[in-house]
Amino acid sequence: MIQFSEEKLQKVNELISHYPEGKQKSAILPILHIAQEENGNWLDVSVMDYVASLLNIQPIEVYEVATFYSMYNLKPVGKYMFEVCQTGPCMLNGSDDIISYIGEKLNIKPGETTSDGMFTLKTVECLGACGYAPMMQFGKYYREHLTKEKVDTLIDECRTKSANLN
Amino acid sequence: MQKLLLEKDHVEGIRFYETYRREGGYRSVEKAFKMSPADVVEEVKKSGLRGRGGAGFPTGMKWSFIAKPEGVPRHLVCNADESEPGTFKDRYLMEFLPHLLIEGLIVSSFALGSNVTYIYIRGEYAWIVDILEQAIIEAKNNGFLGKNILGSGFDCEIYVHSGAGAYICGEETALIESLEGKRGNPRIKPPFPAIKGAWDRPTVVNNVETIAAVVPVINMGGDEYAKIGLGKSTGTKLMSACGNINKPGVYEIDMTISVEEFIFSDEYCGGIPNGKRLKACIPGGSSVPILPTNLLLKTAKGETRYMNYESLSDGGFATGSMMGSGGFIVFDEDQCVVRHTYTLARFYRHESCGQCSPCREGTGWMEKILKNIEIGRGKMSDIDLLWDIQSKIEGNTICPLGDAAAWPVAAAIRHFRDEFEWHVLNPNEAQKRNYGLAHYANTLEVVA
Repeated sequence: MIQFSEEKLQKVNELISHYPEGKQKSAILPILHIAQEENGNWLDVSVMDYVASLLNIQPIEVYEVATFYSMYNLKPVGKYMFEVCQTGPCMLNGSDDIISYIGEKLNIKPGETTSDGMFTLKTVECLGACGYAPMMQFGKYYREHLTKEKVDTLIDECRTKSANLN
Repeated sequence: MQKLLLEKDHVEGIRFYETYRREGGYRSVEKAFKMSPADVVEEVKKSGLRGRGGAGFPTGMKWSFIAKPEGVPRHLVCNADESEPGTFKDRYLMEFLPHLLIEGLIVSSFALGSNVTYIYIRGEYAWIVDILEQAIIEAKNNGFLGKNILGSGFDCEIYVHSGAGAYICGEETALIESLEGKRGNPRIKPPFPAIKGAWDRPTVVNNVETIAAVVPVINMGGDEYAKIGLGKSTGTKLMSACGNINKPGVYEIDMTISVEEFIFSDEYCGGIPNGKRLKACIPGGSSVPILPTNLLLKTAKGETRYMNYESLSDGGFATGSMMGSGGFIVFDEDQCVVRHTYTLARFYRHESCGQCSPCREGTGWMEKILKNIEIGRGKMSDIDLLWDIQSKIEGNTICPLGDAAAWPVAAAIRHFRDEFEWHVLNPNEAQKRNYGLAHYANTLEVVA
């Protein structure tokens, strides 16, 4: 069970105020983003129930939304998540090689997390960075023009805790 | 050529209000407030501006459809859910010229009578949300948002609404559902959003680039804007160029240049890297038909093909393609069309909302069959089966995602059937990607 801080609750109220009276459910996507951030980057049932209580809606209304959108993680993920695009334009620029390189280096397949809970490798569909391919989402930002060397550097940064997620 | 949107994109500090204003920003708001909302709509109509999200529908006409029932609020929603593979122009605009979008939104909100306007942005563009919110605060601090803007009596607030990863939410009714806090399942039309949109209120949904283009339309006047370009392709268009080119990026074009110039000129894509030859191109985002070089550079009639709505679609789907969203994906001679089409089929299967059976089931079948062909486990009959499935998805779904999934598969088979057959006949070599020169030597017969 989580409980938002006063500051986060204020943010929730501000978000709700953006929408018409009685349509507070409209704020569900941004609030789920906050909830996920507060809960180690994934949503479990108790978190979704908490969001339902904040919005005064039924828990099922939160579940059906959380399961629809690909940015919500419904199981635990690693501390660092590499979300590598694999769609056509990235593929033309070698994303397959980057995905398999990360997989070999960390000894995991796409969708898996390393046993120490540090890294998750996830393949994603087009993130709108086609001209800067191959690329991945890393936290809030994109890492673009990826090469094996850049991947090495990023993994090293993560291991030495200097990688910037936000 | 004259740039209307990206003229100032490299001015240092243009992301911030002070610089943007000093460079002539927000003049269109001052000008619009001296006009009536109906006159602003009229200017946009005269400009011939067409929706830049992909469909190319005339913007002024879309605006004129909005219902105005007494006492019911109306909304403008800016579609910043840019997710069509190959497309990254809206991101560029928002990242580098956020105030241009805010300026366009204020003018458009005034024209439509929207006192609360939303920017629905894809969740992955998380850092751009910060940039936009900063721009909104700056605009508000300088009196361009809030109550009684510049003493005009017009009130307007803009809120950024972050999505959470769903291509389908770029479809306007799915976007509205998502804005209401639901799954992004498209609605059956009619009623159209202009009558019954967000929270059952009249709503207009416009793409980022469309809204930004309203700024030059008002500044120069609709008639002058309409003089730029060719025929019904008025004004300028942002193209996001990617794939195998020397200079990928976002380019503003005036729709009078040829496809050949766009690909090979140093001003734009700068040609194909490593001395390779051009094999094919998807000129308007992943949904539109792929064209082999011979049909890309010239139409079936042998005329030069230009970078505009009419010329790119010359010949229909048999020998032409579409302008779409301006996502321009270039293939060099070593690229495998089967593999690329497989990644697109996987994309559409992943992004299908699941409401309509032909799309929900069909996209998955196409992905599986394409994967089998790509890895050397395909049969000759699979190619006809693929054709059959795509033809049964097209036109049989609530929203255009079904068509968008069907068209790339159809076009790949139509123009590169020999490549599919080669994969079936050479299963052990199927995954090698150095196959592709066939279309220089022998142009395939066109299948209608």
